Amino acid sequence: MAEYREIIFNSDKIQTDDYFVNIGPQHPSTHGALRIVAKLEGEIVQSIDPVIGYIHSGIEKMCESLSYPQLIHLTDRMDYLSAHMNNEAVCLCIENALQVEVPERVKYIRTIMDELTRIASHQLWWCATGMDMGAMTTFFYGLRDREPILDIFEETCGARMTFNYNVPGGLMFDIHPNFQKRVKDFIRYFRKKLPEYDTLLSGNVIFKERTKGLGVLSKEEAIAWGVTGPSGRASGYSCDVRKLHPYSAYPYVKFEEKLATDGDTFWRYQLRIEEMWESMKIIEQLIDNIPEGDFAVKMKGVIKLPEGEFYQRVESARGEFGVFIVSDGKKNPYRLKFRSPGFSNLFVLNELVKGVKIADLVAIMATLDLVIPDIDR
Amino acid sequence: MGIRKKRLSEIESNDSPIISTHEGGSIVLANLDAMFGWARRNSLWPLTFGTRCCAIEFMAVGASRHDFSRFGNEVARPSVRQADLIIISGTINYKMAPVLKRLYDQMPEPKYVMALGACATSGGPFYYNSYAVVKGADHVIPVDVYIPGCPPRPEAYFYGLMQLQKKITKDRYYTEKKLLKSEKLK
Amino acid sequence: MTNEELKLTIAKLCSSAEFKDGAQFLEVIVPAADLHHLCRELRHNGETAFDYLFCLTGVDYPTYFEVVYHLDSTRHRHVVVLKARTASREYPVLDTIGDIWPTAYSHEREVYDLLGVRFNNHPDMRRLFLEDGWGFPLRKDYVDPVRIVER
Ligand code: SF4
Repeated sequence: MAEYREIIFNSDKIQTDDYFVNIGPQHPSTHGALRIVAKLEGEIVQSIDPVIGYIHSGIEKMCESLSYPQLIHLTDRMDYLSAHMNNEAVCLCIENALQVEVPERVKYIRTIMDELTRIASHQLWWCATGMDMGAMTTFFYGLRDREPILDIFEETCGARMTFNYNVPGGLMFDIHPNFQKRVKDFIRYFRKKLPEYDTLLSGNVIFKERTKGLGVLSKEEAIAWGVTGPSGRASGYSCDVRKLHPYSAYPYVKFEEKLATDGDTFWRYQLRIEEMWESMKIIEQLIDNIPEGDFAVKMKGVIKLPEGEFYQRVESARGEFGVFIVSDGKKNPYRLKFRSPGFSNLFVLNELVKGVKIADLVAIMATLDLVIPDIDR
Repeated sequence: MGIRKKRLSEIESNDSPIISTHEGGSIVLANLDAMFGWARRNSLWPLTFGTRCCAIEFMAVGASRHDFSRFGNEVARPSVRQADLIIISGTINYKMAPVLKRLYDQMPEPKYVMALGACATSGGPFYYNSYAVVKGADHVIPVDVYIPGCPPRPEAYFYGLMQLQKKITKDRYYTEKKLLKSEKLK
Repeated sequence: MTNEELKLTIAKLCSSAEFKDGAQFLEVIVPAADLHHLCRELRHNGETAFDYLFCLTGVDYPTYFEVVYHLDSTRHRHVVVLKARTASREYPVLDTIGDIWPTAYSHEREVYDLLGVRFNNHPDMRRLFLEDGWGFPLRKDYVDPVRIVER
């Protein structure tokens, strides 16, 4: 006994050591197959090392052997929650390269679908965030409100998640006659339901206490690390591609780019809720004015891009999504690169978690809104 | 669930349990296999193993509109040691395959595997020209039920689940093999 | 700055840069030796202030590898595309620019993982997606008869 006492009170003999905790790749809070090796001292995170590649499927290599219309369906499967934006990015890139002007009707429909996708994505993110912090009800609320959107998608293009609705030159088929009515019904419904989200989480004292001032990202860091989307805008970095490089019908609508200055977990959360309000505003401005016309322009049977390099950026639900095509004039791309927002957003995590408790690591990760196949491709 | 009244002489080896009511209370009569099968198929606890898009559809199945708890499939467990059904929802690649194998090995018997979606069934959209994707999860672990679709609709999920339940009903653990053979001969 | 002004500035900083016009953005082919120096100047010069690296791509050409840097300035909102070529295909090496834009570290790891281009002074040059011992799949001459089902 005396020996132990001596060891305990004689601090020279006590040795502390860092230890490593391995989170994932099969872990509910990593939202897929992400592995995080966290270096801890007690409960405090010192640094983390994200290990990715558990869902890498070589999409960029596959695209090199597919023709342009064929490869669009693979972009659905990268960031499946903003599938429509990914489709659109590739289509816009091809259209710009060929200098095809799509009909106004297409632009309107694409934009409406974009915003619906964004709402659906943020709803699912909201469920997951709540669950990560230990609230189960968010899961049911969020998915309840997501189903009406999925119904609209299903009626429009036959799929609930992976649409493949865009083709180079327009859309695969026209909207369903019910489309406008259903979208308006949904907006009316969701305007009533969205305040519930605030009551449940945003206004919750425990939630606020836990997230305010946690994982602060400064504006300079956000730019340097390439953090975009709501995560970047929470730090005051104005990076909305819809405003900066407007595409489709975004030049015609009025909406605000929501910015915050704190850059902490709470504001990253809050901005996404506010984005849902903005998205509804955009849809309301467009839904009644969809012009008549064709839903696609006639393209050549075999689409060949001219030689050169083409880049197109769009705003996906997670940030700036880019497509970079190197073409050598053949019917399939020479090299195709996707700039995925999640990739840059993930690697800033190490900066955010230094010195936080390990339980808060999950909260910070949740508000970065990572979709792992988007990172791994 | 199939609890119904039946005479004692009618009990066959793989029947559902039967309840017979007598004075002073009721008695459940069944052979052990039937009893275990009945219990197992109605309390399948799935593992939350989602890798790609199908995992989102799996979440939708768990939510209020589709609600898989109607099938006793309710408690999604993050740890494989508490689960008895792996639902492989998404792509498995060569880096993930050892992890999946290890999860399967850690799972207590009896264990079941469901391949949800084209990816887990055959590699799906990543079958051709992909250097990283395993062409079907059954190259790694044995699969009981395959559900096609990319992603499968919730209804398809339920159909697959019911097929699995049927399969479990037919499982035998306690009836000796010899006996089975002689039964067949008859 | 307009593309013309950018051209002048870059030509002053790096005399051997080649320019390519007529493309979507201003494209500059930079000799590998000058890359790091030029990037630092472009980043810290108040007139150019390219503070946002939004895409970093490796491309495989028959005789060399090319790494493409897309740079944006959040202050002036102009874009430039830098391209650096490796000297050979056998030992492809470039300088890292991760000390200028930290996001480049992870992108460079991706390029190393998929194409096998190494980056000098990179603190953490490990594979990213694949395990050690894989080939470099995005190279045009990559073959894998076991894992790839050709169509
Ligand atoms: S089958 Fe389709 S939807 Fe399911 S994980 Fe694979 S790509 Fe995604």
